[in-house]
Amino acid sequence: MSRLLPFFAFLALVALFGFGIWWNTQHDQREVPSPLIGRAAPEFRLPVLDDPSRTVAKADLLGKPYLLNVFGSWCFACGEEHPVLMAQGKALGVKLVGYNYKDEPAAAKGWLAEHGNPYDLVIADVEGRTAIDFGVYGAPETFLVDGKGVIRYKRIGPLTPDVIERELKPALAAIAKEAP
Amino acid sequence: MIPELGQLALILAMLLALVQGVVPVVGAWRGNSALMSLARPMAAGQFVFVALAMGILVHAFLTFDFSVGYVAANSNLALPWYYRITAVWGAHEGSMLLWVFILNAWTLALTIFSRQLPEAFAARVLGVMGFIGLGFLAFIVFTSNPFLRELPMQPDGADLNPVLQDPGMTFHPPVLYMGYVGFSVAFAFSIAALLGGELEQAWVRWARPWTNVAWAFLSAGIVAGSWWAYAELGWGGWWFWDPVENASFMPWLVGAALVHAQAITEKRGSLRSWTILLSLFAFSLSLLGTFLVRSGVLTSVHSFASDPRRGLYILGFLVVVIGGSLLLYAVRAPKVAGGRAFAVVSRETAVLIGNLLLTTAAAMVLLGTLFPLLGDALNLGKVSVGPPYFGFLFNLLMLPVVLLLPFGPYLRWGKGDIGVLKPVALRAGLAAIVCAVIAFLFVDAKLKAIAGVAGAVWACVGTLLYVIKRWREMPRGRRFPAEMAGMLLAHFGVGIFVAGVMLSESLSIERDVRMEPGKIVQLGSYDFRFDGVRETSGPNWRGDEGVVTVMKDGALVANLHPQKRTYTRGQVQTESAIDAGIFRDIYVALGEPMDAGNREGAWALRLYQKPFIRWIWLGGLFMMLGGFVAAGERRFRTQKTRSEAGATVAEPAA
Repeated sequence: MSRLLPFFAFLALVALFGFGIWWNTQHDQREVPSPLIGRAAPEFRLPVLDDPSRTVAKADLLGKPYLLNVFGSWCFACGEEHPVLMAQGKALGVKLVGYNYKDEPAAAKGWLAEHGNPYDLVIADVEGRTAIDFGVYGAPETFLVDGKGVIRYKRIGPLTPDVIERELKPALAAIAKEAP
Repeated sequence: MIPELGQLALILAMLLALVQGVVPVVGAWRGNSALMSLARPMAAGQFVFVALAMGILVHAFLTFDFSVGYVAANSNLALPWYYRITAVWGAHEGSMLLWVFILNAWTLALTIFSRQLPEAFAARVLGVMGFIGLGFLAFIVFTSNPFLRELPMQPDGADLNPVLQDPGMTFHPPVLYMGYVGFSVAFAFSIAALLGGELEQAWVRWARPWTNVAWAFLSAGIVAGSWWAYAELGWGGWWFWDPVENASFMPWLVGAALVHAQAITEKRGSLRSWTILLSLFAFSLSLLGTFLVRSGVLTSVHSFASDPRRGLYILGFLVVVIGGSLLLYAVRAPKVAGGRAFAVVSRETAVLIGNLLLTTAAAMVLLGTLFPLLGDALNLGKVSVGPPYFGFLFNLLMLPVVLLLPFGPYLRWGKGDIGVLKPVALRAGLAAIVCAVIAFLFVDAKLKAIAGVAGAVWACVGTLLYVIKRWREMPRGRRFPAEMAGMLLAHFGVGIFVAGVMLSESLSIERDVRMEPGKIVQLGSYDFRFDGVRETSGPNWRGDEGVVTVMKDGALVANLHPQKRTYTRGQVQTESAIDAGIFRDIYVALGEPMDAGNREGAWALRLYQKPFIRWIWLGGLFMMLGGFVAAGERRFRTQKTRSEAGATVAEPAA
């Protein structure tokens, strides 16, 4: 019996590798699952980019799902993502909130003026303090928050038509189904 | 047309491998000499056709045949000819071809040097080699064809990964594969012995030189890889516990255990099952390494190629080869513990302890390497253990190895006398303490450095004491047979390696500095003056080259020119500048300009002073040399094929 031990140990390894191959076909290698998914979005209160005297808090956005898109005028990949948001943002059927991250307000405004503004609302986190609560790695990142204020989906890196189709739309549909 | 011939050659080689893998084994089973005699011509034919395919791929690279997808993806018009040749194994398809080519070279060597083996045994060994060749050739033909056309033809190709455009990379993969693939010989011998049953006890003697050579090549390959990472990656590190490095290190550890276990089994007849199991493990880990690198199961800095279909194929192949061989082991491994008994205090016990530590270390590396995968499987999230885990456990396991190392040779086979160890321990220990105290005067309270000096002196002096003992007590000509000399060289290498690792890790100084032209920064006892950056270019890159003058007490030590190259396709690669020395390396890497627009201004530079780092590779080279020298043992070449294992005169210890 003990002679079969190496064989069984090897079978366990094979099972693990088989799982690994399957897992890799299902998952993007760069995807780091956010521990925040399924949890309430952190509390925040941030000034509006166009009118810093006005602030928006998490509570103000409750009730309907919204997409929080982290961007910066300094961020190269955001430039790639931007045309996608311009083309498809409105069609998603949710409020699109721009989260301007570690950016000069003037530069951000200029950037949006030049490339177009896909957002319904843009809030500014100049210092990047609140972003820490969100676990932002860098820009661009996108969070889908439902009407109860729970993070349902997160994307690290730019949204592409493919990602929107494969990941974001199913997540949106799941929220829509729950809504009474 | 020519590339299609290459593909045809591979298909023919695959068919020959099929014949070689099946017919001689059936012949050995049936006792049919005609069938068995097919093994050698098939092996030779396979070698010819695979060599032809290699030649055709080289030709395609040299003649810029960008209609071949693999050539277009890995070279371009500006790539110099020598890197176009190494580009042959610069990516997945070609490196698999190299794998098979080297397997064929080993098989060819076997056909030449196996004439004195019993007919049936040789037929089985060559059959197993053919079967392995079949697996890899089918893999290439069906999933990884390097000759695949890509039409319309590109006017110019992409580029060879610039990380690979380095002299170290020209011979790192071939040498590493020589080692990896070389363990297939020990594997084939074990399988043949299992198939043949108890009759073939002498197989271990026949297998020993092959195992030693394979292990020596693997040592050389790992040293080359480590050196390449050091010189090329620009981080000043020499080992990263990266999955791909681990993939080569695990077979090395098990191979080191195997080299020792084979010695026991050959001379004393004991531990036969363990030796067979280790042979199976060594090659299984080589295959596993290929799987890990090629399947994309684990991602690492060097996974250059990955594709789930290929992963599934290799996994299936692993199941057949490793699973099959372990099952065969379970059924056929020697049932009775054979060989001569040994006491608790004996050379066997010493070797066995070393064996267990080495295999445990390999298992530890395997576990650490697979940990991220386990994390996914058990839903723990993305986890990886990283260098602290490896560094801590590996040192813990290697500490007793280094402590026991000098004692092995002094103990007799069978029953040793612990008394003979006392003077050795006393002298080597005294030397270690004295040197540790001297080291303390130089380095202060850096415990790791002092421990390194003590460990290295302990291992080296212990080994040298044995050299002196042999010199005094044995008659001329019998003092240092090749096997003994190889062992001593390798053990001495361990000491040097320990010194290199511990001293360079504890005494290295590094600084990230901002330097304006003309600025002088002091690091350790050296002054570094930065004289700005100039433009430079090579055959297929343009770059910035920093001018750094290193001085000590006002005297010039070295002019260093670290580069930051931009290759034809826009990939950026640092090229660190190193002033090498036995006792220290000075290492400078060029970072970025502090102000992107102003190349005349300040730059970020990384300066290192790395004492004794070269000893790491020197130790590895000693171990390699030991492997090669031991393989030259005369006893392995004599014709006593039928002698009982253990019947030879045991190595006298006094």
